[in-house]
Amino acid sequence: MIQTIAFYLFATLVIASGTLTIVARNPVHSVLWLILAFFNAAGLMLLVGAEFIAMLLIIVYVGAVAVLFLFVVMMLDIDFAELRAGFAQYLPFGVLLMIILGAEMIFATAAWNIGGVDLAARAAPTPGEVPNIEALGTLIYTRYLYIFEGAGLVLLVALIGAIVLTHRKRGGVKVQNIAAQNMRRPEDATRNVKPAIGEGVEL
Amino acid sequence: MIGLQHYLVVSAILFVMGVFGIFLNRKNIIIILMAIELILLSVNINLVAFSAYLGDLVGQVFAMFVLTVAAGEAAIGLAILVIYFRGRGTIAVDDVNRMKG
Repeated sequence: MIQTIAFYLFATLVIASGTLTIVARNPVHSVLWLILAFFNAAGLMLLVGAEFIAMLLIIVYVGAVAVLFLFVVMMLDIDFAELRAGFAQYLPFGVLLMIILGAEMIFATAAWNIGGVDLAARAAPTPGEVPNIEALGTLIYTRYLYIFEGAGLVLLVALIGAIVLTHRKRGGVKVQNIAAQNMRRPEDATRNVKPAIGEGVEL
Repeated sequence: MIGLQHYLVVSAILFVMGVFGIFLNRKNIIIILMAIELILLSVNINLVAFSAYLGDLVGQVFAMFVLTVAAGEAAIGLAILVIYFRGRGTIAVDDVNRMKG
């Protein structure tokens, strides 16, 4: 009973906040609605026992991706009113597409019968007593190790790519040139003078 | 009793919302990126729901990879957005095709 209530709560909230993400006038509000959608999706995943993915969703999406969006939205000085201009232009086509796509998917879901699935053909059956995180870890670090490493490489490429793309050299700033400092010899920098008494030295 | 199809319907609605968001905010690339995140989230809900109801853990492994790619995509997308804004002073994607060459 409580599971049913929780499911409908999470499902309603995830759809409502997803809708508000795309219709909110202020992009900061959009990001905050997106965060709420991620939280509720994590709740939906918790309900079916996928604890690791739910926690990953909160850590990665809410903690990293949404905060990144928030940074960019607040960092760039954008005239959002101007961007809303052609709002209604594509609305009828979008609504039509939405209705067709949604109806097709919901019809397909309703018409499909789970009884036809061959449960013996499962790639990695969920082990009975083992907690979700342990079972997932066993799978990731054994059978899917190379794909897991590949995922790490994807993140590395994204990291380096983001830095390379946004890095810029600023002019007019003083920076320390360590190579030039190390190359400097005493004979280039100092001078041995013997000034006569009563005369100053030339600086 | 909550079945697999409940989850599939929620995920379908969320997916459609994401697609609709791209049409609705055709100029604002930040919202478009958020709509893409919504689409990927709905795909993740689908994968996890199937994984749970079929008793097959592979779905959750793949959901994790989708999450990885979504994080990388958001980082690269926002980096491109920042340099585009730096060059043009706006993020309207209408005249992005001037970037070619």
